[in-house]
Amino acid sequence: MKNLSGKKVAMVLLGGLLFLLLAFQPAVAEYKVGAIFSVTGPASFLGDPEKKTAEMVVAQVNAAGGIDGKQIKLIVYDDEGDATKANLFARRLVTQDRVLAVIGPSQSGLTLAIIPLFEQYKTPLISCAASHKIVTDEKTGKPYHWVFKTPQSDSMAVEAIFDQMQKMEITRIAIMSVTSGYGASGRDELLRIAPAYGIEIVADEKYDPRDTDMTAQLTKIRALAPQAIVNWSIGPTQVIVLRNWRELGMEKITFFQSHGFGSRQNIQLAAGAAEGVYCPLGAGNIAEVLPDDHPQKAVTMTYLKEYTAKFNEPVSAFGGYAWDAMHLVIDALRDVGGDKAKIRDHIENRKNFVGQQGVYNFSPEDHNGLTKEAFQMVVVKDGDWALVQ
Amino acid sequence: MLRIHKGPIIVGAIFIALLPWLFGRMPALEHYTPLMVFAGIYCLLTIGLSLLMGYAGQISLGHAAFYGIGAYASGVLTIHFGLNPWLCMLAGALAAALVALAIGTPALKLKGHYLAMATLAFGIIVNIVFREEVRWTGGPDGLVGIPGLSLFGFAFDAIVKYYYLVWTVVAVAFLFTANLIQSPVGRALRAIHTSEAAAGAMGIPIARYKVVVFVFAAVLAALAGSLYAHFMNFINPGTFDLFFSIQLIIMITLGGMHSLWGAMIGAILIALLSFEWLHHFGEWEIVVYGLVLLIVTIFFPQGLAGLPKMVMERIRR
Amino acid sequence: MESFAFSHQLLQFMVTGLTVGAIYAMVAIGFNIIYNVTEVLNLAQGEFVMLGGLVMVFIHVSLGLPLVIAFAATVLVVTVVGVLLDRLAIRPVRQPTVMALIIATVAASMIIKGGAMLIWGKNPYDLPAFSGREPIVVGGLVLQSQYLWVIGFLVIIAIALALFFNRTILGKAMRACADNGDAARLVGINVRQMVLLAFGVSAAIGAVAGITLTPIALMDYDRGAMLAIKGFAAAILGGLGSFPGAILGGVILGLIESFGAGFLMSGYKDAYALIVLLLVLFVRPSGILGSMAVARFKRF
Repeated sequence: MKNLSGKKVAMVLLGGLLFLLLAFQPAVAEYKVGAIFSVTGPASFLGDPEKKTAEMVVAQVNAAGGIDGKQIKLIVYDDEGDATKANLFARRLVTQDRVLAVIGPSQSGLTLAIIPLFEQYKTPLISCAASHKIVTDEKTGKPYHWVFKTPQSDSMAVEAIFDQMQKMEITRIAIMSVTSGYGASGRDELLRIAPAYGIEIVADEKYDPRDTDMTAQLTKIRALAPQAIVNWSIGPTQVIVLRNWRELGMEKITFFQSHGFGSRQNIQLAAGAAEGVYCPLGAGNIAEVLPDDHPQKAVTMTYLKEYTAKFNEPVSAFGGYAWDAMHLVIDALRDVGGDKAKIRDHIENRKNFVGQQGVYNFSPEDHNGLTKEAFQMVVVKDGDWALVQ
Repeated sequence: MLRIHKGPIIVGAIFIALLPWLFGRMPALEHYTPLMVFAGIYCLLTIGLSLLMGYAGQISLGHAAFYGIGAYASGVLTIHFGLNPWLCMLAGALAAALVALAIGTPALKLKGHYLAMATLAFGIIVNIVFREEVRWTGGPDGLVGIPGLSLFGFAFDAIVKYYYLVWTVVAVAFLFTANLIQSPVGRALRAIHTSEAAAGAMGIPIARYKVVVFVFAAVLAALAGSLYAHFMNFINPGTFDLFFSIQLIIMITLGGMHSLWGAMIGAILIALLSFEWLHHFGEWEIVVYGLVLLIVTIFFPQGLAGLPKMVMERIRR
Repeated sequence: MESFAFSHQLLQFMVTGLTVGAIYAMVAIGFNIIYNVTEVLNLAQGEFVMLGGLVMVFIHVSLGLPLVIAFAATVLVVTVVGVLLDRLAIRPVRQPTVMALIIATVAASMIIKGGAMLIWGKNPYDLPAFSGREPIVVGGLVLQSQYLWVIGFLVIIAIALALFFNRTILGKAMRACADNGDAARLVGINVRQMVLLAFGVSAAIGAVAGITLTPIALMDYDRGAMLAIKGFAAAILGGLGSFPGAILGGVILGLIESFGAGFLMSGYKDAYALIVLLLVLFVRPSGILGSMAVARFKRF
């Protein structure tokens, strides 16, 4: 270090200065968008594909030159399924990172946990969780001003299932649900809507997300001899319950799964037990089996190809939620630029937005923009989905 | 830590008081202020638990249940009955005290792992109630719209205001507990920890003392729960589950079980680790967390609070 | 029809409860083996079960090795993990208080769980049932053949352990450690080796539980903690340290869960089991078959 000349020192200093300048360059040339997903933890099967999808979409847009020459900067935080963390990250996104909009969280409970912040800080939130409570303020009965969501409501899945039951002349059913937010929300809707369809619920059974066997609940149901079973869960339990149903020889009792069943991996894991099971699915789950003239055929096939090519795993509905949310934000940025209030207004008035989960028609009264037509009833046939005609 | 020195308390208090101002000056650290609100709430929990475990030597693997009872008392009573939040806080503390009395009286007769299991079972049962009584608790999705706190027209609506509220409560709890430890009660508790038989022979009413400490820890936890609920404006059962009980044990072991300072250091450290620092490891987070915990357990048997003493001993040798 | 269905229902609940209980019992036995020698509650016990399932999936399904070889290899791999747990996490602890050692096992369980997530990802995996998926029908009773394997392996483990502890020098040495560690040291037993052996054996039993459970319930990285808690509950219910107690505790727990879900509100099924556990503890503070006299020798 003896021959350290003044020249070298100056160069190092200059280099350091240049680096600092670059690092502190004012961020005019980018749009900041935030995301909160349950990437790890028990709900990672939701957050993981959502994060991958959001990042993929942003990378595509940026590679194509961004929006009006501006790049999108996506800031993703992992809430790990924890409400406290979701709250901290939401605060950070709106007050410190100063993002224009936030997509996520992955779960209904966590979305409900942070809605007050978005109303307070006047920032658009497009949730990737299903509960109707996200887009209905219980006090006013109207949507929260700044909050939207992309997944279909559970009530739509329930109506799609009950429509199918009416066609099959099913009136006596049993329901099963997992004791998580997902299961509880589906169960509420099943119990609430059943009377309108003249459907009688003869059993209402529950199990824990980490349970290893549901034979006891099914045995109880078998003795009551309903015509059908509706099961509302996500994760491994929905596969275990199917296996138990098959083992108990209950095939005569038609089995309906919720839209949470929408991954081919579940059919494989069921090892044949899923054959003949009905479930309502969004177009994004069944891109290949959609007829060519279906309005969502093109977008869903494109996403399917891009996602599977990039991540080498099958697409899920959950990734589709993030795809729709991300594209709604991008679409708004393209039309109105980086103004939070204008982005909100743009999404609220967006019509005929063709996404993975449906064709969205938002309005001041409806911050979800979907109807039960966003679901198609499918049945598992020869180890794959088939549309019910 | 037999004597409570005034010096460290004053320095600590000034440091805590200046923190929000410091964070406010540095935009990159702004998000540490709400984080420190939760750290303060955790401190309330660990102060009580430290008294129970470090001083009275009784394990509790169900402490999150009392935290939850406080939070749900605040949530349910404000939302369904429109009661004043401070009244709800009081009700939560009272409810936690009664439950602690009811469960503590038979449970604290148990020893070691049996007590651990009994408290663990209690914690799980309470959590199942939070999940299942949907009509009141909102079920797994949680309770939305819990109001904030205000006192004589002064609303604790900004983060910084809530920060000072929480840390004031922590300071009061700390001083109260520190005094308790120095009093004859504290000496009796330590005697129980060292040898129950000897303490009994000396005429200390062991069973009653244990239950009193258990109730005290439960009340502090319930207060923490109420503060949490009114800050978040939302609660769900996941926050109060078994894994949080274990997290609390980790906090006081990490910080040092036999010292109130240790309890606070552990609480703040875990808040920083789990809300902030560990996030940079992405998928590796849980592995790194485990490694940090293992290293502290192996090399710092007295927890981080014992660090100065260890260093001193090393130097003297 | 109704009464016919009812008796079958009872039998079905029984079979389910016995199977689930057998898994809990295996975890509880694992707890006891380590507890007896070290007084420590190994909270990473559930991770052995998880690893057993996932390693078996890798060796049997991914590598395609035949069942028996894959079974043996899996048990071996998990046993090595158990031994490593002792060497890397338990033995190095400077001041081995019971609390410090328990926290060390918690830390280890995080590392094992996180490692499994990094290796296998977050998705659940399936394993073919040992003797096919065709259920056995006896009268109206439906039996999955895998249930019999689970119960069968519990019986094998119980017999093997009884022989080991009563007929072999090593087993007797371990029992001596369990009764009184200091006395065992005085008569020349290498207590450290016994601890290592305890971790190995207990990991192996965990692996067997995981291998037999996976064809019924699938397996993913996140399953360990819940199994550990249920196993702990079973061990305490039966009386910590007692092997017949572990089996009894596991089976009772499984039966309460199964009958509770079947006859009462299924959402509260885990609560029923734990309430019964609490009541038992309040009446008998050392579990059903636990002995207060033995517990007195323990530090914790």
